Amino acid sequence: MSRLVTLSVGAVAALAIAGCEPGAKVSTQTGFRGAGLNQINDVSNIKAAVAIPAEAYPLPPDGGPTAGQTYQNVQVLRNVSTERFNHLMAQMNLWVVPANAPAEQAGCNYCHNPANMASDEKYTKVVARRMLQMTQNINSRWSSHVKQTGVTCYTCHRGNAVPAAVWARADNTSADPDTIRGNKRGQNTPDPNVGYASLPSDVFGPYFAGQAADEIRVASARALPSPDHAVSIKTAEASYGLMMHLSSALGVNCTYCHNSQSFRAWNLSTAQRATAYYGIRMVRDTNQSYIESLTSVFPAYRKGPHGDPYKVNCTTCHQGVSKPLGGVSMIAQAPALRGPGGAPAPAEAGPNAGAAVPAAFNQPGTLTGRNEPAPIPGRQ
Amino acid sequence: MLRYQNVFTQVQLRGPIENGPAIRTGSFVRGRSAHFNYWAGKLGAAQIGPIYLGKLGLASLVCAFLAFEIIGLNMWASVNWDPIQFVRQLPWLALEPPGPEWGFTPFVPLAQGGWWQMAGFFMTAALLLWWLRTFRRARALGLGNHVAWAFGAGIFLILTLGFIRPLLMGSWAEAVPFGIFPHLDWTAAFSIRYGNLFYNPFHCLSIVFLYGSTLLFAMHGATVLATARYGAERELEQITDRGTAFERGMLFWRWTMGFNATAESIHRWAWWFAILCPITGGIGILLTGTVVDNWYLWAVINQFAADYPSTGVLDPAALPGGAL
Repeated sequence: MSRLVTLSVGAVAALAIAGCEPGAKVSTQTGFRGAGLNQINDVSNIKAAVAIPAEAYPLPPDGGPTAGQTYQNVQVLRNVSTERFNHLMAQMNLWVVPANAPAEQAGCNYCHNPANMASDEKYTKVVARRMLQMTQNINSRWSSHVKQTGVTCYTCHRGNAVPAAVWARADNTSADPDTIRGNKRGQNTPDPNVGYASLPSDVFGPYFAGQAADEIRVASARALPSPDHAVSIKTAEASYGLMMHLSSALGVNCTYCHNSQSFRAWNLSTAQRATAYYGIRMVRDTNQSYIESLTSVFPAYRKGPHGDPYKVNCTTCHQGVSKPLGGVSMIAQAPALRGPGGAPAPAEAGPNAGAAVPAAFNQPGTLTGRNEPAPIPGRQ
Repeated sequence: MLRYQNVFTQVQLRGPIENGPAIRTGSFVRGRSAHFNYWAGKLGAAQIGPIYLGKLGLASLVCAFLAFEIIGLNMWASVNWDPIQFVRQLPWLALEPPGPEWGFTPFVPLAQGGWWQMAGFFMTAALLLWWLRTFRRARALGLGNHVAWAFGAGIFLILTLGFIRPLLMGSWAEAVPFGIFPHLDWTAAFSIRYGNLFYNPFHCLSIVFLYGSTLLFAMHGATVLATARYGAERELEQITDRGTAFERGMLFWRWTMGFNATAESIHRWAWWFAILCPITGGIGILLTGTVVDNWYLWAVINQFAADYPSTGVLDPAALPGGAL
């Protein structure tokens, strides 16, 4: 009898331990003592870095005739030199066009009619033009989020015609409110978008394509109730769901940005929170100004079940790591993507924001143990 | 060793079925069937029955069944009556209260929160009827009403969460959903919405009484078991007629921590700790959103929150051009 008890206790203990993750962890204090501000780095589980593809050929020097002079129907990259324009086209071939595309869609043919390269007859060319404008917009107007690292087509596409992580209007938003059958009220589903919580899972529509980004802050700015801050717990649940998306998209936990003493207080938060603030608005700008304008361009099979084009969220670029591609900048391979305006505006997070970046955060490879190379000194 | 450190009862009595005192005429008739069960005896008394259900007990069980069915069938309907998905997704499924657009409307359409109201009504009715039953059964047996008042404290917290506070806030949407994960996510969202409930002093008190209850329970249970060989099972007799068991137990605590409860006071302590946990918790819930909107800021104003140095990060929305 007692042996049976001992055995069953041992089996339960072994099962409980099996739920733990083995391997060494390094815990680094990242904020004031006693507030649980620790970064736990999984140093024994750093996966191989994602390979950064080599350039199609070395970037040619600038100068010579512009693409607008050489080719017809060049609308966005008119003032880029022809040599660099051709280089960018070759890069886009590498970055976006699937390697296994059939012959009639392979290489340049993915977007161009080989008999008439200037023609806009393929929808992919119209989309690519808008995507170039979008990338330039991100690099020039949203340096508050992408810093000097910038983004290229590869940041999201990674060799796919459609980036791996995109979203369209959720199925569960169409449930008839007057029936309980099949109606989960947009929540209470094990949904990876919200980290498998039972929180409202349609966080992208409101926050990343609508105006709800201004409703993320659910806690009051005042200690006592006031009629101008009537926020339902339901709104708090939706905001919480969005945060679960950010967390899983970046492979970080709450204290990467927040001090849990007060999720609302900026003077207790890390500078990463300001970066995320701009990121949320960058995603919304990208979806509203660039992707939704392509609704009539995309064929039906490139759209979601409700006929809206596939849009971006945090995972589209980040893919589980705090810095996409481990913080490696590829913008030098395509300087034309920097967009107009020259030097980008400095990041806006306050005068002391730089000092608030904990050193442990500069090792993305150990933050999450997912496909990130070693940190690059001096890059942020 | 195993005899005293085992969760299972070591001694089971067998004899004629104990039928209890006669019930006065006019009351509900007690059931006749009773039997011994070995495994029940491992956990408690081996005798099961005879059961006195009574009108209140029956009414309470009917209401509890209705609430349970309404919740379960709503959850099942939400997965299109798919039995496999019902089982797989059960921890996520919920019966949600009416949305904020309904305010505190008394009768919301069934599909939009009316079922939640109905389930809440029947659950409340079941609890109150069962409470009345504990009160009346205690009277019938000539007992004090300690059990009823303790149970009432728990009911007060439940009603505060699901009815009184939503009433004060003027919105059913403030109430807790029925569901396993959903009510936990609600709890976290509640704390986030009201600026960190850990700065609510009544929440602090509630935690003190919760953890205090477990501590007292462990200390008392351990002391009685440890002194069982000296007759500690007659613990209430030892309130007035101290025997060697409680003398030794009290001496142990006096030596260990310089102070000890008595056979009487330990039960008063345990009872008050247990009922103060939901009472202080309920007060904390009642004050949230009605009197205080952000507990962290309230704690800062009242010099109650630890003052950590600023990280120097500013709100981008407050910077020029920040509200991009």
